[in-house]
Order: sequence, then C-alpha cells, then structure tokens
Amino acid sequence: MPVALIKSLVFALCLLPGVLLGWQFYQDQLGANPIEAITHNTGEWTLRLLLITLVMTPLKRLTGWYWPIRLRRMLGLFAFFYACLHLSTYLWLDQFFDWPEIWLDILDRPFITVGMLAFVLLLPLAVTSNRYAIKKLGRNWKRLHRLAYIVPVLGVLHFWWLVKADVLEPAIYALLLGALLFARLPERKRLGKAKTSPQAAG
Amino acid sequence: MLIKRAEDLTEADVTPYDVYRERRRFMQSGLAGAAALAMPWLARANITLGKITPGPFGTDEDKTPLKDVTTYNNFYEFGTSKADPAIRSGSLVTDPWTVTVSGECDKPGSVDLHDILKAHPLQERIDRLRCVEGWSMVIPWVGFPLADFIKGFQPNANAKYVEFETLNDKAQMPGLRRRVLDWPYTEGLRMDEAMHPLALLAVGLYGEPLPIQNGAPIRLVVPWKYGFKSIKSIVKVRFRETQPISAWQKAAPSEYGFYSNVNPKVDHPRWSQRRERRIGEFAKRKTLMFNGYAEQVASLYSGMDLKKNF
Repeated sequence: MPVALIKSLVFALCLLPGVLLGWQFYQDQLGANPIEAITHNTGEWTLRLLLITLVMTPLKRLTGWYWPIRLRRMLGLFAFFYACLHLSTYLWLDQFFDWPEIWLDILDRPFITVGMLAFVLLLPLAVTSNRYAIKKLGRNWKRLHRLAYIVPVLGVLHFWWLVKADVLEPAIYALLLGALLFARLPERKRLGKAKTSPQAAG
Repeated sequence: MLIKRAEDLTEADVTPYDVYRERRRFMQSGLAGAAALAMPWLARANITLGKITPGPFGTDEDKTPLKDVTTYNNFYEFGTSKADPAIRSGSLVTDPWTVTVSGECDKPGSVDLHDILKAHPLQERIDRLRCVEGWSMVIPWVGFPLADFIKGFQPNANAKYVEFETLNDKAQMPGLRRRVLDWPYTEGLRMDEAMHPLALLAVGLYGEPLPIQNGAPIRLVVPWKYGFKSIKSIVKVRFRETQPISAWQKAAPSEYGFYSNVNPKVDHPRWSQRRERRIGEFAKRKTLMFNGYAEQVASLYSGMDLKKNF
C-alpha cells in the first residue's frame, strides 16, 4: 500500500471520534451531562493519540517499515487537535470563561494544574511541527520534541488524579505508556548492560 | 383435520400443572423482557405504593427528567461509570427485602419491607440532590421520615449515631467483584441529624417504586448533604455510641468527612464546591449553604467549625 494512501486512511480514522462525538451531541445521545461527556471523550482521545504517536518508532524498529515514521507528525497534530477541543470544552462549555474561577482551579486542583501544564508543553510541539521549524531549530528541534515523552506522562497523571476511586482506566494507560517508553530505551539500557560494554563504545 | 371430541379427552391430555406453570413463567418473563427492551433502564422495586400525600418542605424548582434521574447514577455496586447502574442493576432481587436493625436500642430486629411500608404513610417530597462532583438534580421522592422508622426500635441513651449498610452480594451486584471501595458501602448520621424531619427514607420517585439504579427498594435521602451520604439499597441499620466511618471516608479521609454537608465555602480537593451544574442546564449556578436547606438544618451545627468538620 502506498504511504499516501495509508496516510489518508489514518487521517480519516483520526477524525472519526470527533465526527462521532459531534453527531452524538447533535442527536442528544450524550446522556444527562453532555458537557462532561464531551470533556471526557476529547480528553481520552488526546491521551490515546499521544500514546499511538509513541507506537510509531518501536513499530518501525520491529517491522522495518518506514511508513510509521511518516505518520508521526499527523498523529501528534491530531493529539493536539483533541487537546484543543478538550481544553476549549473546559474553558467555554464548562466554565464559560469565568477566568477567576478557572485560575483558582489551576491553582487548587492538582489534576487541572498538571493538565494545563501538559497542554502548555504540547503547544511548542505543534507550532514547530513544520519543515521550516525543523530546519531552523536544527539539533534543538530533536531536543524540544523529547517533550512528546513528558506530555503523555502528565496526561496520565491528569487522568489518575481526576478519578475518585476506580483507577483501572488510568492504570491501563500508565501501563501502556510505561511499556512504550521502555521500548524506546536503547537496547543496552533495556538489557541492563553496563555503559562500559564494548557495544557502547561507539 | 382431527378434532377430538370431549369424551376422548382424558386426564392425560390435560397439560400438567408444572408445564402450565413453566409456560406461564416463560410468557411472563418474556413480557417482562419486552418491557425491559422498551425501557431497559427501568427495573423497579417490586412493591406497591399506597396513598401518597404531599410532604412538608420541598422545592418548587423544575424537576429533573426521569430519564436523566435514572440513567446518570453513582452506584458503584453496579459499576463505576454513571451509565452502569441503569444497565447492570437488573440482577438485584428486591423482594423479599429485609432491613435488620441492631445496636443501642431496646427493640432490635429484622423487618420485612412490606411491613415497613404498611407502618408508615408515604409522602412526596421534591428535593435538591447535590453530588460532591459538582452536579445537581431535583427529584420528587416518595418516602417517610427516617425519624418515624427509628422511633419504632426505641434507641437508648447510648445511641449517638446511626450507621447504615448497603446490600453486599456479589451475585446480585456485579460491581462488588472489584474492590473499588471497602465493601459493604456504609454511611452514618449523628442521631439528631437522623431524627431531623428533612431526613427521609425513600421507597419511590416520580410516584412509582424506586428504580433499582436509584437505590431500590429503600434508600436514604439527606438533601442537605452531598449525594453519597444518601446511601442506597439499605439492609442494615445500627445504633452506635461512637461515630461510624463511612465507606468514602475510609477510601480517602482527607477528601470525604463524616458530615459532608453541602458547603460552597469548603472545597473538595478535586472539585470547587462554589458552583454546580444542574443537570439539564448549561450555565452553572451558585451552590447554596446546606444545599439551600440552611433555614431547616443550620442549627444542628451551631458552634461547629464546618471547615474542620467537613
């Protein structure tokens, strides 16, 4: 399958949750508390897409295919897209731009503090996701984009701290994220070999 | 076509009673099934409510639609998602139902729900329900004052508190298989709170027996406290000298206190309690002290530091 086709397919798939949510809202199928339903749904898709973005490198390593790498930027931008929906649902529908109240929320509620931080860190990644920025930033671009490992950690924490008692779902995300981050460690570290081993010399 | 004449019919031709009964049962369950398909979220307690008179107190605010009241529930015994109780509560058997009363009282014992209903005239009361998560509803409950129920068991001078317990049966409540809380679910009130005429034992809503997801067949309604205090599907009541520890208190003592009075000035670490979203409304409204029942209940707490006793 040509990469362009895979890309368009994945693009459509990424759009689907948003379209579905819009349709459910329009059909009044979001239950008694639609604002809460939208908030949760967009938040979960942000987290899922952040994790899926992290799947691409190990997938390439595992299969030798190159196309996963070509999907990374689009997946990351979709994660940002859902994060924007998530945040604007909170600011607009939930709080109705009550800035003093929002500010107190950020200060007082750890899960909101960490959620906001995650969004703030996601912002430069989205802004610098174009060719121009890559060229301009050079080596720093790669350094900056290591934030893609931090943001999902904050995202999982945001979910974990929000939950009242049943941490099963955030725990599943945490486990998957842990596995994905572990998979990215260089092989020698994964195997617990000392730095002085001959392979590490190069 | 062969039509048997009457004299040909023998005893053996008569449908055996067992088969007949089985068939009736099958048809009935089929009918129940069809009804369940039409309104899958509405399995109700198997009781008949007698005469219902309008009770004291209550609000004239717009009632939350039945559909919302019965599909957006926190009832962790059936799962932790708010949609779970409506979907997964069909397995609860509400008849027969016994409430066992014990502890510091002169007449402990077990009472059948039908006898409880016979003993207490029912009233309708439209109350605000404020959840600790920052949403609220207005629900027309049917029930009777908790005080009337308590008096029958003659609590003694040592009875300073009342503790309530929800049914704890994995076979009927699928949510119990996971230890999200330290089951059974328990709640408690100070004796004077329990004797307050606003505290209600509810057996119905919207003029009908309680749907299971709303705590059938009998639950507590303490409208000036956060919703989790209004314990559902009660099987045990205990009079105690010492303050009981409720299930949520045990789970997170820094977040949930014994009193848990609705109080816009004392925030929960996760939710600001200054405002709330009334289900069905877009803009949030201000949360009222004691959920708007300050006039009735504030005196219960005079002189108490409500920040400390949250």
